[in-house]
Amino acid sequence: MAKTIEEINQKIRSGRAVVFTAEEIIGVVKEHGLKKTAALVDVVTTGTFGPMCSSGAYFNIGHTKPRIKLGGGKVSLNDVPAYAGFAAVDVMLGANALPEDDPRNRFHPGEFNYGGGHVIEELVAGKDIKLTATAYGTDCYPRKKLETWINLRDMNEAVLFNMRNAYQNYNVAVNLSDKTIYTYMGTLKANMGNATYCSAGQLSPLLNDPMYKTIGIGTKIFLGGGEGFIAWHGTQFNPSVPRTESGVPKRGAGTLAVIGDLKHMSSRYLMGTSMLGYGVTVSVGIGVPIPILDEDILRHTTVTDDDIFAAVVDYSDAYPNVKPEVVGEISYGELKTGRVKINGREVPTASLSSYPRAREIAIILKDRITNGKFELTSPVATLPGIESGVKFKLLNERPINGEK
Amino acid sequence: MAKNKMTATKKISLRFPRHLVSRPVVYHLIKDFNLELNILKANITSEEGHMVLELKGERADFDKGIEYLTQSGLIIDTLCREVTRNEERCTDCGACVTVCPSSSFTVDPVTREVRFEEDKCVVCGMCILSCPSRSMELHF
Repeated sequence: MAKTIEEINQKIRSGRAVVFTAEEIIGVVKEHGLKKTAALVDVVTTGTFGPMCSSGAYFNIGHTKPRIKLGGGKVSLNDVPAYAGFAAVDVMLGANALPEDDPRNRFHPGEFNYGGGHVIEELVAGKDIKLTATAYGTDCYPRKKLETWINLRDMNEAVLFNMRNAYQNYNVAVNLSDKTIYTYMGTLKANMGNATYCSAGQLSPLLNDPMYKTIGIGTKIFLGGGEGFIAWHGTQFNPSVPRTESGVPKRGAGTLAVIGDLKHMSSRYLMGTSMLGYGVTVSVGIGVPIPILDEDILRHTTVTDDDIFAAVVDYSDAYPNVKPEVVGEISYGELKTGRVKINGREVPTASLSSYPRAREIAIILKDRITNGKFELTSPVATLPGIESGVKFKLLNERPINGEK
Repeated sequence: MAKNKMTATKKISLRFPRHLVSRPVVYHLIKDFNLELNILKANITSEEGHMVLELKGERADFDKGIEYLTQSGLIIDTLCREVTRNEERCTDCGACVTVCPSSSFTVDPVTREVRFEEDKCVVCGMCILSCPSRSMELHF
């Protein structure tokens, strides 16, 4: 029996919607079967919480007296440089931005204790942030210097905008070299001394809708504790990777670009993050509801950690040098036991994304829907599917002193 | 009597002045005082030595062992530094689990929460900078 999103929303409004998390639905379907469950259940909620580097926020800080034109000038927030390439008082801050005087990797591995991700966290937590700016001055915007405390609540707009989040599956990282390396996948010990992974697996949004049947542009989501929307497909969207029989990608595939009002978010789900020897980023909490419109959509949400496989990649050579070889394939079910066998070697595993917090997000979203506080939206356009031919490209480098 | 049967476990930091560097201290602690001993850190040169030991044994033996060390002229500091977890910042990701050399972190197989067992911690500090949310703190 097929349902529509409008029918589900009517049930949400009247407090009758039946909602399970992507973890709970596995057992429900096992007990009642697909057909019965599809008729009974309206929504399955997903969740993920982990470092998502291509995140940022833009702000309209309000006009000064006299006016200043930050566009073309220089702006920093708590000494972290922000991008000032827009109009007078619009600025954008990236999660990876670092203070000019941060030593970075001069003493390797650099610590990266504070950057853009931390400024975003502190703003969301309600802390005052030091804004300093210089501008060149014009007849209509004469002011050249600005130093002030600012607070999120005093800004006109504060918007989280992330161009690539919620990766549909990801690499498992190992280090085949004979010395420790420091990567965005954490500290990797020599000679495959550990393996790190970063996915909520069976709770992860795009792994529960692997063919993008319900998740699309315009889908309303849980974002950083508040609400947001999917604005576009994320950068590096790459749907045509190898998949299992049921369509679950075995490599990083789909991604989401998301947007939402920073003023309604919480620092519990938007947290400045430091990766030793790599840089700063922000850990983002995202939850996406999946409307159970038919049995097929439901079947995809019953995916378990044992059904999801990821590629084991050597981050000492294959990854930095863009070599296609993988060390092996391994399921999240195996990774979560804490010890896996890779090429006959026993390797301890560690996660970089938080499964307990992913579960927490899926439960919060479930509660919001059950209590009539969160209605579903129909996507206004789909994400590019396998048929789209969208492919992830490497840069075609052309020497600038050569011919075009 | 009952009191003497109690076991004690303590981490101690031992400094060897130059003239004592060649003394087989560890041998005596084990053989003469029946102490279970784990060397957590050792750095001994011809000039000076520093060793961090975890000692475990019956209270009476433990006290005699400590007495032996002090009478030999070694300098003992009970380890006063400790690593603690800021629960507000810990997200239970698990990045610390394989970085810790003493397996102080374990993941609960059901809740997936990361447990930190302070008594296993050897205060090496590896987790502090490896923690993405900087929730591990070194205290004096």
